[in-house]
Amino acid sequence: MIDVEHIARLARLELSQDEVERMRKELSSILDYFDLLKKINVKKVKPTSHSFSVENVMREDLPKKQPKEKNDKLLKVMPEKKGRYTKVKSVL
Amino acid sequence: MALTSLTISQTHQGLVKKKFSALELTKEYLNRIKKEDKKIHSFLTVSENLAFSQAREIDKKISKKENIDLLAGIPTVIKDNIMVEDIKCTAASKILENYIACYDATVIEKLKKAGTVILGKTNLDEFAMGSSCENSAFGATKNPSDLKRVTGGSSGGSAAAVAANLCGYALGSDTGGSIRLPASFCGVVGLKPTYGTVSRYGLIAFASSLDQIGPMTETIEDCKIVFDVIKGWDEMDSTSIKTQSLSRSVAKSPSDLKIGIPKEYFVKGMDPEVEKQIKKAIKKYEDEGAKIIEVSLPHTEYALPVYYIISNSEASANLARYDGIRYGKSKVKSQKSKVKSLLDVYLENRGQGFGDEVKRRIMLGTYALSAGYYDAYYLKAQKVRTLIKEDFENVFKKVDVLLTPVSPTTAFKIGEKIDNPLSMYLSDIFTISVNLAGLPALSLPCGKVGKLPVGLQIIGQPFEEKRILEIGKIIEEVKN
Repeated sequence: MIDVEHIARLARLELSQDEVERMRKELSSILDYFDLLKKINVKKVKPTSHSFSVENVMREDLPKKQPKEKNDKLLKVMPEKKGRYTKVKSVL
Repeated sequence: MALTSLTISQTHQGLVKKKFSALELTKEYLNRIKKEDKKIHSFLTVSENLAFSQAREIDKKISKKENIDLLAGIPTVIKDNIMVEDIKCTAASKILENYIACYDATVIEKLKKAGTVILGKTNLDEFAMGSSCENSAFGATKNPSDLKRVTGGSSGGSAAAVAANLCGYALGSDTGGSIRLPASFCGVVGLKPTYGTVSRYGLIAFASSLDQIGPMTETIEDCKIVFDVIKGWDEMDSTSIKTQSLSRSVAKSPSDLKIGIPKEYFVKGMDPEVEKQIKKAIKKYEDEGAKIIEVSLPHTEYALPVYYIISNSEASANLARYDGIRYGKSKVKSQKSKVKSLLDVYLENRGQGFGDEVKRRIMLGTYALSAGYYDAYYLKAQKVRTLIKEDFENVFKKVDVLLTPVSPTTAFKIGEKIDNPLSMYLSDIFTISVNLAGLPALSLPCGKVGKLPVGLQIIGQPFEEKRILEIGKIIEEVKN
């Protein structure tokens, strides 16, 4: 049985009581369907994360200089800010 | 013939020969949008000013007798999960309701360089999660063939706009069928390219190992023109692929062609009228001399659970960024908010900003990745993904391409499946394996049931877009 409230907390989602009830029903029927995978034995199979083998793409960790207009655009969409900083609530 | 029903190269000829200007063409489309889109609701944003300024630029070039690209002056629409600088980009979500894109996606940079005219942004299922375009926070798009029916999803706005001649062509994105299903339901051409062929930079990420941007057009010729412009390696997308095989020539006469028909794609529960249209299309290839071979993709039945585990797991990680701190809707400022700590900010912004389906998928993904369940769900799904990919590798030793239906049914009624997520997920049954294996696939109109279009899917080997487009042309020509 899926612990909806615990998972919602992990996913950082606030759900109403009504949503929790609905989610419990819907998710369990979808998870039942996923049980189809129990039928198949994959002990010796390697997992695929990407359809083609991808290599790590590396570069020097240097900041790229952005024009001020670009930075201004990023600042403009911030919901709460102080000067040129984003403002957040206290963490603890 | 109306300006809005010309193909890309016909429009190009008209512009170059000065039969009409780019500005006139743009106005014609915008007028049509004003008139027709009230019924269909394919647009979320109409970018009139941007369109006018782009059209004027092209007219200047034409008057100076400069050479212009094929896409120059051609009006396009862009799915609203692809960023166009200074234009709203909502992903059809309340959480991005007022978000203005800070930069251009790589595909948009390329289209702008080619001189295309951007008319606006089109509707989708929220964050591209859905098969009907009904999950948009701003209301469903309606199918131009029958306004009581869905367009298919998630790129429903783009498909409907192409079908209703509200644009010259469109861009969509495809994670599990999101280009091909709406193309099929609306009767247009849609191409999901090989994974890594088109840059994903500036596409709002849903499932990063599956997402691809692709063209949605009226004809195969148009599809190829657009694909050739948007494809190519990009340093901003670390999964984009540098490859020579992109240009592999594939011209083969139909009589040299070996076409595989996977038997798992013709199953009980399929609409017999749809099956009839698909069989008719296969017969046309046979008549042209192609060899038709029945093949088997034995792990097909596992594709749906594998897809929904992998895509939702990736989505739960990708959508963690929507916290209302750096951008997006935030409730913090509102007086009523009971927010005290940073955690409260996350919970409230996300709980209220996301729609039902998005929350459901984030929950499923979080669950599949959570301690104690990772091996049983995520890791297992990745292993079965390997088997699904190998199924295709095996059949492609025997055949050149595969033909299948895009969907077991034609467009269903609005509201018909919205309360049953699982039955909605089943709409993707014939399209998702292609994403899991990273293959290119084309959705092509091949007939109708009543007034509702039916789509044929042509699945190719990696990087063989050119070949599947050429093979599609055979049907297109026979049809015309």
